[in-house]
Amino acid sequence: MASTEIARQAGEGARAVPLAGHVGFDSMPDQLVNKSVNHGFCFNILCVGETGLGKSTLMDTLFNTKFEGEPTQHNQPGVTLKSNTYELQESNVRLKLTVVNTVGFGDQINKEDSYKSIVEFIDAQFEAYLQEELKIKRTLHSYHDTRIHACLYFIAPTGHSLKSLDLVTMKKLDSKVNIIPIIAKSDAISKSELAKFKIKITSELVSNGVQIYQFPTDDESVAEINSTMNSHLPFAVVGSTEEVKIGNKMVKARQYPWGTVQVENENHCDFVKLREMLIRVNMEDLREQTHTRHYELYRRCKLEEMGFKDTDPDSKPFSLQETYEAKRNEFMGELQKKEEEMRQMFVQRVKEKEAELKEAEKELHEKFDRLKKLHQDEKKKLEEKKKTLDDELNMFKQKKTAAELLQNQAQQAGGSTTLKRDKERKNNPWLCTE
Amino acid sequence: NFLTKTILGKLDIEKCLTSVSTGGSTLLGYIGIDTIIEQMRKKTMKTGFDFNIMVVGHSGLGKSTLVNTLFKSQVSRRSAGWARDEKIPKTVEIKSVSHVIEEGGVKMKLTLVDTPGFGDQINNDNCWEPISKFINEQYEKFLKEEVNITRKKRIPDTRVHCCLYFISPTGHSLRQLDIEFMKRLSHSVNIIPIIAKADTMTTEERQEFKQRVRKELEMSGIEFYPQKEFDDDMEDKSDNDKIREAMPFAVVGSDKEYQVNGKRVLGRKTAWGVVEVENPNHCEFAQLRDFLIRSHLQDLKEVTHNIHYETYRAKRLNENGGLHPISSSDTQESNL
Repeated sequence: MASTEIARQAGEGARAVPLAGHVGFDSMPDQLVNKSVNHGFCFNILCVGETGLGKSTLMDTLFNTKFEGEPTQHNQPGVTLKSNTYELQESNVRLKLTVVNTVGFGDQINKEDSYKSIVEFIDAQFEAYLQEELKIKRTLHSYHDTRIHACLYFIAPTGHSLKSLDLVTMKKLDSKVNIIPIIAKSDAISKSELAKFKIKITSELVSNGVQIYQFPTDDESVAEINSTMNSHLPFAVVGSTEEVKIGNKMVKARQYPWGTVQVENENHCDFVKLREMLIRVNMEDLREQTHTRHYELYRRCKLEEMGFKDTDPDSKPFSLQETYEAKRNEFMGELQKKEEEMRQMFVQRVKEKEAELKEAEKELHEKFDRLKKLHQDEKKKLEEKKKTLDDELNMFKQKKTAAELLQNQAQQAGGSTTLKRDKERKNNPWLCTE
Repeated sequence: NFLTKTILGKLDIEKCLTSVSTGGSTLLGYIGIDTIIEQMRKKTMKTGFDFNIMVVGHSGLGKSTLVNTLFKSQVSRRSAGWARDEKIPKTVEIKSVSHVIEEGGVKMKLTLVDTPGFGDQINNDNCWEPISKFINEQYEKFLKEEVNITRKKRIPDTRVHCCLYFISPTGHSLRQLDIEFMKRLSHSVNIIPIIAKADTMTTEERQEFKQRVRKELEMSGIEFYPQKEFDDDMEDKSDNDKIREAMPFAVVGSDKEYQVNGKRVLGRKTAWGVVEVENPNHCEFAQLRDFLIRSHLQDLKEVTHNIHYETYRAKRLNENGGLHPISSSDTQESNL
């Protein structure tokens, strides 16, 4: 309440002072709003429910658009979450709407782990925001917030009671996200059965301790409407994007042979109430609750898990910083160790390589030596051969000159011998020279 | 009235609005997304605002009077019967006082931080240090709260959103102390320089003085608020350019009313006439007030939070072993 806020502020050493004229700071909300409008808003809705309950149709009807996508199959092996982001604009307000659908929820034979992927997804969004918040250089004011602000839980219109899968899932999700349960395809239930069904559901939720989102009743202007709406939970809705002519207007409706269910008729279903509550009255409150309650809880648990503690009353404040420092030093120590290791490895490798190279060098030297020796041997052999050849050549020359000399002598002698022989022949004609 | 608005919204289903979208969706009717503006406005009005303003300047420049004139109330008790023989403190003291003021359903907790003793000694070396320390202490307090495991829903914001620096109307140029102070603090807080007691200068003298001061500020590289580098878009830039051209505002403060032309106006009565505080021909008080309160109040807070505080935080978290935990007793002493 406004007065308690002021009392608290006044109690902190401030006194109320009357103004003597118009100062102008009552334009502050406008300044804030203008800045936010320039920045744009984001809103993230998670739709949880079995396949075929009309989740996508309801989203289409709520936001009066045709979101893309076709109906999913029934044979998914596990639950996956598909998220789509759309940018909507109305007058000067830009909204980044993210619709996350659970694909395959409730289709398996064994549904024990169905809720796990949903919880993981929600936690992952919180984690991303927490990481951004813990960064040293951060840009929180331009961060695209993906945390889930509202979870619409679709209950099948059996008319009896909640399924155990529903109870288990809602129990796991109620501390992480604002849950708004709705009865889907409520044109399958008659009015009297619907009233009984709603009472049954509410009592089951209460007896199991499931905390669903309560519309805030602390602000006078919306307290009345919110409290009446609170009593109508869970909303029984019908979704439709087809238009049917009723009277002389086109309205969104489902046409049956026995009549037409009008989506926006409050007597037929609670769609209008849902739209009022979700968008037109409490969107901002949903965002705030997500940030101040669910996110803070997650953050507290996560930081305590990581080993941080707030101080006890008499120890030094700011021990988060110290543990942070300690962790940082630890981290640096580890880095240094790793560096050392790497250096060692490097040195080792270098040594090995060097050894290898030395080996190779030695081998090469040996080879060279061998080759050299071989060459020398060859050379020697060749020289010997050459020598012998030379010797022979010399001998041959000698023989040749000797032979020539002999021949010359022989010729001279032969010349004289021929003369002599001729003389003899002359003298001795009976010497037959044949 | 909010309820009538919702009823009208229901009847007005034919209000067809197209959308700019990247997801392939077009709106075919009125949804009500724009009501988030109303929701947001109501929430912020409910929680109220904090605003912390610091005034720096040597004594006798009319700091207290100006703040009282700005917020049209006695937020600074010193000017209401300040004992003239009160001793000027030997060192710079930091005194902060908080008040709650309400207007049009909007409640604001205004904290005024005064710095008596600044620039009053013979030797004014390092007289900006206590002020710098105070500003950093407020950032430190906020940071401590923010890193707690269990945090408060609304972290009390004592960070200085705006520092009004009072320049003596000598008519010549800035003093060395002025330049030193503004150089050192313009990176940790939004500084708005003001020419005090502007009724001692004629219009021409005022213009010349302003030109000279602006040139000196530019030459010393002092980025006063609104800083050029934080302009978001062209619209902001053109608005802020106009303001930067007119700064520093030459103001006159007064909390006494006089009758001028049948109207009661705030002013200073002299033998040769009445200086009207809110008359744009006489001084630039009205411009300062509109700029400070009516258009840039939220922006001052945002720049402090998104830029100055983040710079401090990044520096602090990067410090290696520079842990000097500030004990809470110190800061409590300096408040009140």
